[in-house]
Amino acid sequence: MEERLQTLKEEALSQIESASSMKELQDIRVAYLGKKGPITEILRGMGKLSAEERPKMGQLANEIRAAISEKLDEKTQVMEKAAVEEKLKQETIDITLPGRPVNKGNHHPLTRVIEEIEDLFLGMGFSIAEGPEVETDYYNFEALNLPKDHPARDMQDSFYVTEETLLRTHTSPMQARTMEKLNGEGPVKIIVPGKVYRRDTDDATHSHQFMQIEGLMVGEDVRMSDLKGVLQAFAKKMFGEEREIRLRPSFFPFTEPSVEMDISCFNCGGSGCSVCKGTGWIEILGGGMVHPNVLRMSGFDPEKVTGFAFGMGPERIAMLKYGIDDIRHFYTNDSRFIKQFNHI
Amino acid sequence: MLVSLNWLSQYVDIEGYSADELAELITKGGIEVETVESLNKGIKGVVIGHVLECASHPDADKLSVCKVDIGEEEPVQIICGAPNVAKDQYVAVAKVGAVLPGNFKIKKAKLRGEPSHGMICSLQELGVESKLVQKEYAEGIFVFSDEVTPGEDALEYLNLNDTILELGLTPNRADAMNMIGVAYEVGAVLNRPISLPSPELVRSEESAENHVSVRIEDEEDAPYYGATIIKDVTVQPSPQWLVNRLVSAGIRPINNVVDITNFVLLEYGQPLHAFDYDRFGSKEVMIRRAKQEEKIVTLDDTERTLSSDHLVITNGHTPVAVAGVMGGADSEVQGDTTTVLLEAAYFNSKLVRKSSKDLGLRSDSSSRFEKGIDRNRVVPASERAAQLIQDLAGGTVLRGVAEQGARHVEAKDVSVEVARINQVLGTEISESEVAAIFDRLQFSYKNFGGTFTVQVPPRRPDITITEDLIEEVGRLYGYDNVPATLPITESTPGQLTDYQVKRRRVRRMLEGAGLYQAVTYSLTSPAKRVFFSDESPEAIRLAMPMSEERSELRTSLLPHLLEAAQYNINRQLENIALYETASVFLPSGSELPKEEEHLAGVMTGLWQEHPWQKEKKPADFFVMKGVVEELAVDLGLQDRLSFVRAQEPKLHPGRTAAVHLDGEAIGYLGQLHPEVEKELDLKETFVFEVNLEKMLTANVEHLKYAKLPRFPSVTRDVALVVDEMLEASEVKNVIQGAGGSKLVDINLFDVYQGEHLEEGKKSLAFSLRYYNPEQTLTEEEVKSAHDRVLQAVEEQFGAALRS
Repeated sequence: MEERLQTLKEEALSQIESASSMKELQDIRVAYLGKKGPITEILRGMGKLSAEERPKMGQLANEIRAAISEKLDEKTQVMEKAAVEEKLKQETIDITLPGRPVNKGNHHPLTRVIEEIEDLFLGMGFSIAEGPEVETDYYNFEALNLPKDHPARDMQDSFYVTEETLLRTHTSPMQARTMEKLNGEGPVKIIVPGKVYRRDTDDATHSHQFMQIEGLMVGEDVRMSDLKGVLQAFAKKMFGEEREIRLRPSFFPFTEPSVEMDISCFNCGGSGCSVCKGTGWIEILGGGMVHPNVLRMSGFDPEKVTGFAFGMGPERIAMLKYGIDDIRHFYTNDSRFIKQFNHI
Repeated sequence: MLVSLNWLSQYVDIEGYSADELAELITKGGIEVETVESLNKGIKGVVIGHVLECASHPDADKLSVCKVDIGEEEPVQIICGAPNVAKDQYVAVAKVGAVLPGNFKIKKAKLRGEPSHGMICSLQELGVESKLVQKEYAEGIFVFSDEVTPGEDALEYLNLNDTILELGLTPNRADAMNMIGVAYEVGAVLNRPISLPSPELVRSEESAENHVSVRIEDEEDAPYYGATIIKDVTVQPSPQWLVNRLVSAGIRPINNVVDITNFVLLEYGQPLHAFDYDRFGSKEVMIRRAKQEEKIVTLDDTERTLSSDHLVITNGHTPVAVAGVMGGADSEVQGDTTTVLLEAAYFNSKLVRKSSKDLGLRSDSSSRFEKGIDRNRVVPASERAAQLIQDLAGGTVLRGVAEQGARHVEAKDVSVEVARINQVLGTEISESEVAAIFDRLQFSYKNFGGTFTVQVPPRRPDITITEDLIEEVGRLYGYDNVPATLPITESTPGQLTDYQVKRRRVRRMLEGAGLYQAVTYSLTSPAKRVFFSDESPEAIRLAMPMSEERSELRTSLLPHLLEAAQYNINRQLENIALYETASVFLPSGSELPKEEEHLAGVMTGLWQEHPWQKEKKPADFFVMKGVVEELAVDLGLQDRLSFVRAQEPKLHPGRTAAVHLDGEAIGYLGQLHPEVEKELDLKETFVFEVNLEKMLTANVEHLKYAKLPRFPSVTRDVALVVDEMLEASEVKNVIQGAGGSKLVDINLFDVYQGEHLEEGKKSLAFSLRYYNPEQTLTEEEVKSAHDRVLQAVEEQFGAALRS
């Protein structure tokens, strides 16, 4: 009997060894270890054995069963692993093929520049005022200290609709509109982004329609040094931490003193190049201390409050910042142009 | 304003500064130097030559063979082609080895067999602009009229070693439109003294008043008019120094008398006019408003028609000049003029501006009057001119001036406190520094305990208020020296309004959905304005458009957005998805039009594409609709927005929906009419435009969280066969109404028409989800609700269940 058991064991193990599918293994399991299998059968015949031999044979039979079972499990695992590996192999893809594009558009570069500036000033406690694009002569000119026959009106030839209304030539009319509502109570801290219009023939550097951002701060003890500080923060944010600014005296009817702000050239760092026309400085914007007439006309007392104002052109800023060579690109909406600004 | 540094150095010492350094300092002081230009355009080796002999070339009619003394041992032979070359002339000679502008090198040459050792130059060849060359030398070589020495550097004599600063003057700084004004400014910037001309005039015994009288009709129009009479004048070319000054300022020399008035205009900023006394037509100068339709032929030989808006100088009968703008042709100084009536006046700047504008005539004179001249310089300027005419034209200046009006005005007082200066600028400038700055500006002042009362000279009419003085102090103190601080005021919450927040969200949503933002023009053509509308509101039209293409304000964003789509398609870009948010302009009945912010989108070509996985999704009505629906979701309006079949001109009659918000139409969505697509050369194109303001200002309830489901829901699918014209939304509404509160979700998942269905029918398949938030639904609850649904659609539409 012992001999038979040993033979069975060897037979089973060798069959397991040579099995090549899960099905075969299952068959082997049933054949050797099943209720009708030879081992069970042998064990059934154990009654004929002596009391001495019986436990010995029983133990041996169980050991052989365990060995077969263990071998079966082992082989099953190996085969499962091979199956998984085979499956993975088959599933392998060319990971260098292009991914499915996520369908996504993006902002117009002018919007991006404007929002960046808005966010900077929001952080400094300014709010964003918006006003009409068709304005009265009063708000566009007179309330800004530009009476009807003022020679400086030549500086900004405009599109009139009627004698008294025109397409605004700057977003500065919101100075008066905002201040009037406050009945002389400050502080006023606004920036005014928006479209403006001037009588220019469209070419690489002129556009009859363009954007402007006006800034206004009015309150007790607002100083020109504050204008300088605020503009310095602006210049560093938009053009880089290492930028320096300088203020140059200038003239605008609605500010006195008036200044123009230059930044140190971001291209050459100030040593002179084609971007800054060899001067090391680039003109960015105009501003100054709000003219007392402007404050007075809008209900503020220039003896009690002072203020600063500035105006800048997002097109110019974008052109400088991104090296854009033609202002018309902003308005033709060539998607090859707009798409370039997808990560700003 | 062009400033010659050679000329400027007559009034102020600029030694020690290069032209670029000076330009930088002047710019920082407040007057922008736009360009720094050397008049020497690369010339080397040009000397003065004396033409000793001049004979015709034996083999060429147009050439002359000249022997020229150029200060060397032997005269040289030069072949010259200029028609005006002649013996005994003093000329500019480019020697062999010389370089002319454009790096043109002079070499020995043979011209028709005759050797030539150099070139006799025209001014143009030396880099002088043609428009500045005196008429007599315009077609040939330049000839010196002064006594000069052969061999000396010609550039020195021709002032071609000068450097010119071009000043970009802001309207307030008209005081720097003349050399004396620039000298004051440069003196202040450099902190150096200036020296001004003091004309020495010898007047004859004869009195001017015997020859002419002056009458001003209204001193508001002309506060001062003075006439000086100069006899025995010889009109001839100006000496070289005067020619050089004018050329350096960009003015073409004409003759000594005219050149002198121009010179004094440049030097003093005072426009002067010289009349030929004998051609003046009377002994009376009368200044009055022109009569309606009165005519004058001006110096440029053009007849001008005047009106009572214009001020004229008359001889008592007819106009002889448009005051401050231009003289008349009849009384012009000519070669034979011997007696000059020299006008020096102060005219109302507004009147000069009006005349200049109406007549389309801008002159060096009008541009100065318009911006305001120095009242106290009128008489000195007149004396300066008289002195020069005396010196250079041999004139005799008669005693006295025929005049009316005050010669002089008092300086105006403006005060400023040192504390105020520092408060406005944010600086700590001391009292003595302020005093030093006023000294540099040559302003007289009194200082009482830090309050400066400044007597502002009339040459600076831009200074009228305290702030103007603060600017003067600030700019000379230097804005570089003003610190950069941050404002100390009460803090304010800087934040976007709800509207602005939502607008930003809308933009991001649309971009997330694949649309690119466009920015187009507000001004459009009449045709484009009404393109999408049959009954467009009245146009808001510019009074004076630059072109018909940009003559009216738009009432819809789509025309320009479609134009942008076409622009892209014309550049081989086929898949277009653009949107824009901008204002449209509508008549309002009040002074200003109504501005309404709209949102529009356009799509054509493929919406999504992933070629190697064979994925291609063209844009269609439902892609566009999905975008608008999602927009409503982002704004919390998903249950309030609806789409209603509609007709719009230019849109496909079967593929157009009106977009409703709370039942009110706020825009439309659809495909372009195929005919329009053809007209615009577009493929299938889908558009929408809505009133964005309505969407952004709609009141949205505060968001409240809904409890998550705790019980399972039950889904039943149903396919209904209905008439093909029946709209899905109608069926959905009926299902919704019949399903009761347990029916929480209705999802259309299939639309089918064709095989196995009767002609004229379609099948709509909905997935209905039932849910009870209180407890698990029972089979009976679901069945009773679902049966109601089936019954309702059967009754309403005769809908049969599709088996």
